[in-house]
Amino acid sequence: MKVADILIHLMLVILMPPLMLGVINRTKALFAGRTGAPFLQPYYDLFRLLAKGTVFSRTTTWVFRAGPIVTLAATLAASLLIPLGNHLPPISFNGDMILFVYLLVLGRFFTTIAALDTGSSFEGMGASREVTFSCLAEPVVFIALMTLSRLSGSLSLSGILTHSSIALWRTSGAALILLAGGLFIVLLAENSRIPFDDPTTHLELTMIHEVMVLDHSGPGLSMVLYGAAVKLYVLGAFFLQVLLPFRVADPLLGWLLFIGSMFFLAGMIGVVESVMARLRLPRVPQMLLSACILSAFAMILVLR
Amino acid sequence: MNSAVDQLLIIVLLINIFILGTHRPRVAIRAIATQGIILGLMPLLIHPFQIHILVITGFVVLAKGILIPWLLYGAVQRVGFHEQMQPLLGYSGNIIAGALATVLAFIFAARLPLAAMHQGLLIAPAAMATILAGFIALGSRRKAINQVLGYLLLENGIFIFGLLLTRSMPFMVEAGALLDLIAGIFVMGIIINQISREFSSIDTSRMNTLREVD
Repeated sequence: MKVADILIHLMLVILMPPLMLGVINRTKALFAGRTGAPFLQPYYDLFRLLAKGTVFSRTTTWVFRAGPIVTLAATLAASLLIPLGNHLPPISFNGDMILFVYLLVLGRFFTTIAALDTGSSFEGMGASREVTFSCLAEPVVFIALMTLSRLSGSLSLSGILTHSSIALWRTSGAALILLAGGLFIVLLAENSRIPFDDPTTHLELTMIHEVMVLDHSGPGLSMVLYGAAVKLYVLGAFFLQVLLPFRVADPLLGWLLFIGSMFFLAGMIGVVESVMARLRLPRVPQMLLSACILSAFAMILVLR
Repeated sequence: MNSAVDQLLIIVLLINIFILGTHRPRVAIRAIATQGIILGLMPLLIHPFQIHILVITGFVVLAKGILIPWLLYGAVQRVGFHEQMQPLLGYSGNIIAGALATVLAFIFAARLPLAAMHQGLLIAPAAMATILAGFIALGSRRKAINQVLGYLLLENGIFIFGLLLTRSMPFMVEAGALLDLIAGIFVMGIIINQISREFSSIDTSRMNTLREVD
């Protein structure tokens, strides 16, 4: 039984992430009145890129080549720490939440350093924006983790994230709502979605994340895109675990419930992207600051 | 009953921060109207149902949610006020100041010698935080219209504090305060109009010297 759960966990985090992108794109198409690409289009794109050749600029070093690999590996490793639905993650120990956050940061570090390695001024600009926003997003996650760990009395992600229940919503619902607001902003900012960044933009001056991966091609680009999808999946699961009380006795029903709510979350992201315009760049730090304040409020409410 | 009130007060606190951080005066007016409506409905949740509470709730919602925002909207429209709010501390500075004020309000409220039944409630810290947010808005804004917003926040904070006392303080007092407020907003609207007609700008920070207008 335990082995089966681990296998399902691995299958979900490896196979499902691109489907989330498919759902987001389909929702956006629906809002725009188009039919939209098929749900499996992100998979086709990934395989198409895998079959292509790679071009490396002569100014780049091994750092550039290592970038996508390390990013993808770090993100996949982070996905092993997070509980999905009612099921415990394959790896869990006290304090693994810090490892979880910094695995994601390691991935980002290698993306930015690979961008700097190309020597392109545009990519340097994107890297600078990316790290600026991430150092504002990181406190939000940590304040949220502190609050949740205080609520659940546990120091590991598996304890923190499976604590949410209807009884908890009744006693400290206000704090959970505030955390939800802050974490949703971080979810959108970290995954460079609208209103923080547009994943489909191709104008260098406005890009943040996309500008850093301009020099990657072929399998490298495929790994970058896949890594971004996994990151969206992992952070989306984190967000859902904080909020939704997954309390069903039947294991199979638990998995189905989790998958269903992930699709719902993808739909919600699609709706947000359809109804909102991109923020002006100077407004982004202000938005992240508000997210920080939301989670700080939640902490005050829990501590007092 | 109290948990619902606490949830509503959290929304009120968030609206404070939102008003401090927003760029557009119209959005801020709408936000303060929402805050007024939420506050107006609160006595119904806190106190046992009585007809005069229902009447006063209606009046508060009408005044804070509809009449005052409508007056302000009219003033904004007449002046043709499209520019941004330009607070002295910058938007981020305003938000941080608001958050600090809220934290201080929580710390301060924990030390207040409140009645035992009010000890665990959010009402006292929320009132304090809203009053402080009003001060920040009043002190950091340059334009007269935005200072009116700070004034309204201040009044909302006092109203929240009044919720604690409604047993001993009759609602008539609050009704009188509302009347004053409406009159005040009315006068402010006229003054803003006058300022914009005389000086071609409603930036109060430029009005620190006396001079003759001819």
